[in-house]
Amino acid sequence: MNRSPSVLRPTIGSFPTSWPTALLLGWLLLAGGCRRDSSPATSSTVEPIRIGEFSSLTGPLAGLGQYTHMGVVLAVEQINATGGIAGRPIELLAEDTGSKAGTAAPLVRKLISRDHVVAVIGEGASGRCLEGAYVAQGAGVPVVSPAATDPQVTAVGDCIFRVCFTDPFQGTVVAKFIRQNLGLRRVGLLVDTGSSYSVGLVDFFRKRLLADGGEVTGEQRYTSGDKDFRGQLTALKASHPEAIFAPCYFGEAGLILRQARELGIEVPLLGGDGWEAPELVEIAGSAAEGAMFPVHYSVRSTSESSHRFIDQFTARFQKPPTGVSALGYDALQLIADAIRRAGSTESPAIRDALKTTRGWTGVTGEISLDEERNARKPATIVRIEKGQLTFVCTVTP
Amino acid sequence: MPGWLNRSQLVLAAALLAAGVAQFLSNRLDSYVLSVAMGVGINIILASSLNLINGFTGQFSLGHAGFMAVGAYTAAVLTGKLAPQLQPIFGGHVELLFPFALIVGGLVAAVAGGLVGAPSLRLKGDYLAIVTLGFGEIIKVIFQNVEYVGGAKGLNAIPDYSNLFWVFGTTAITVYTVWALMNSTYGRGFLAVADDEIAAEAMGLNTTRYKMVAFVVGAFFAGIAGGLFAHLNNSINPSGFDFNKSIEIVVMVILGGMGRHTGVILAAILLTVLTELLRQFGDYRMVIYSLLLILLMLTRPQGLLIWPIRKSASRRTT
Repeated sequence: MNRSPSVLRPTIGSFPTSWPTALLLGWLLLAGGCRRDSSPATSSTVEPIRIGEFSSLTGPLAGLGQYTHMGVVLAVEQINATGGIAGRPIELLAEDTGSKAGTAAPLVRKLISRDHVVAVIGEGASGRCLEGAYVAQGAGVPVVSPAATDPQVTAVGDCIFRVCFTDPFQGTVVAKFIRQNLGLRRVGLLVDTGSSYSVGLVDFFRKRLLADGGEVTGEQRYTSGDKDFRGQLTALKASHPEAIFAPCYFGEAGLILRQARELGIEVPLLGGDGWEAPELVEIAGSAAEGAMFPVHYSVRSTSESSHRFIDQFTARFQKPPTGVSALGYDALQLIADAIRRAGSTESPAIRDALKTTRGWTGVTGEISLDEERNARKPATIVRIEKGQLTFVCTVTP
Repeated sequence: MPGWLNRSQLVLAAALLAAGVAQFLSNRLDSYVLSVAMGVGINIILASSLNLINGFTGQFSLGHAGFMAVGAYTAAVLTGKLAPQLQPIFGGHVELLFPFALIVGGLVAAVAGGLVGAPSLRLKGDYLAIVTLGFGEIIKVIFQNVEYVGGAKGLNAIPDYSNLFWVFGTTAITVYTVWALMNSTYGRGFLAVADDEIAAEAMGLNTTRYKMVAFVVGAFFAGIAGGLFAHLNNSINPSGFDFNKSIEIVVMVILGGMGRHTGVILAAILLTVLTELLRQFGDYRMVIYSLLLILLMLTRPQGLLIWPIRKSASRRTT
């Protein structure tokens, strides 16, 4: 690119003669000027209750964000079909983080200060959720995250809640499951150092495994977006583990499973809740057989409310839900419940009502929020059999 | 030549004053508009400083996000983790600690720029692009693996010191510095390097040194932009400073017109505001964004604005 700039320099030209620029600027001005103003609607129509959502609707984590979003949309539609909350419908304003770091904070600012949402459904990926959480906490608007499992997220402040379990919890649960249910001792670790989720999970897993008399045979690292894990897997194979723990999101997990089987690694492979997405089986194919991981909720669960949810979801979107869909559904229903209990759509009142959630029944089971605003509930371990998630057992730490 | 000197300094002073007034009136704006406005300022700093390297000096750097990351992390560590030690020195005055942190962030980024530039600026064209691309990725991976700055979790709970005054004050200083540098005798050296490196060398110019200066100054301002970004968003994550971020800045420079002051500033404003305005189109926004970019590149390959005809004429005679 050692091209001289003078090549790009035209001989004649002046500012207003460029019609595309002028057109574009004009459109920008118009679009800026015509933005919906935030004043209340006319009294003849009922003002909707605005709830915001920020999630990864595009990008590598779209599988997570899209399924969460569908769950949220289903909940909104159901509430609105039955007359809304105290006669007011819910308006959902969904924003896309594009799975990119550094995008969530401005989005949450927009939702709060421009759209005047009363509560926000947080992103499922912990890193993005954390970015948005600081903004929401500063503005005093409650956030309920469907699937952000990093303990730091709710530690941001008293406005941040979640309806899922946390990384310390699931790391501990998987370690306990390997030691007690599988009776295995020697575990190899495969960590995504580019993902806070993966790093956190491995930390807590290791702590519990060592405490329970287990042994780490080796730890191999890669960074998000890598496609080839053969080097790391070969090194792990050489350390003769009895199981491999590789928490990451489904995209990498599918490739890891496939490449591990290609290299002749026959020991069980385990992951975290990030493995749960239909894409995992699509990518890994038959190599996914036997993979095990904790989920927030099994779609094979027997409870009546979860059966009804699966039927309604499938009817609405022509595909079965995943665990995060159920969590998204629950997150919105929980906010709706808090608004009803508070009898108010003021953010502080909703936050206070959320804090006192005890024994609330959602489709993912009974949810009680503790002092740290985390949901207390057991994890379900599932195994992939014939491409389907099969219930193995429920584990409490 | 003191005539233009005084006038341009007057413009700079007026811009700084305007930034102060804007800050004074900022409580009338909602925080979303404020954050977009600050995003615009930060992108102008990034685009103008990259313009010095890619536009005026004719090099091709793809590592601007890396320098931004260095500045962001340095400044955030100073105001966050080291605040208990540093606050007493400044008597608890944030208005002193914050610019200090920004400048140190910029200086560390400049040193990083020097370290990358020293061996690689002897390279020409495409090779430099690859070296800087590699640098950006290395920086990202380093921050992902340093536990002290949060590793892959990123650095969180950064105080929100950025406001309109700091952002637009810095923007004004950046634009002024790049402008003044390019209008100085020394600045002609950058243009000479861009126009024909061999000829410039034959005329006795130390081309490597000129490239180095452009690189270090560009990295310095990218570092400052990073510091402002960190204190605007309250959290930074290594993956936010990847290759894509560098490309975003390169697009602003190319769209605005390589080596054009006003065009690049306009492109930075346009692309930042456009991203926000397109949100209302949901899933189609990336398609529209790309189509607009293609349309603009087809119709305005020379840059958004062709500003002073007089200037390009005078440049040719230099």
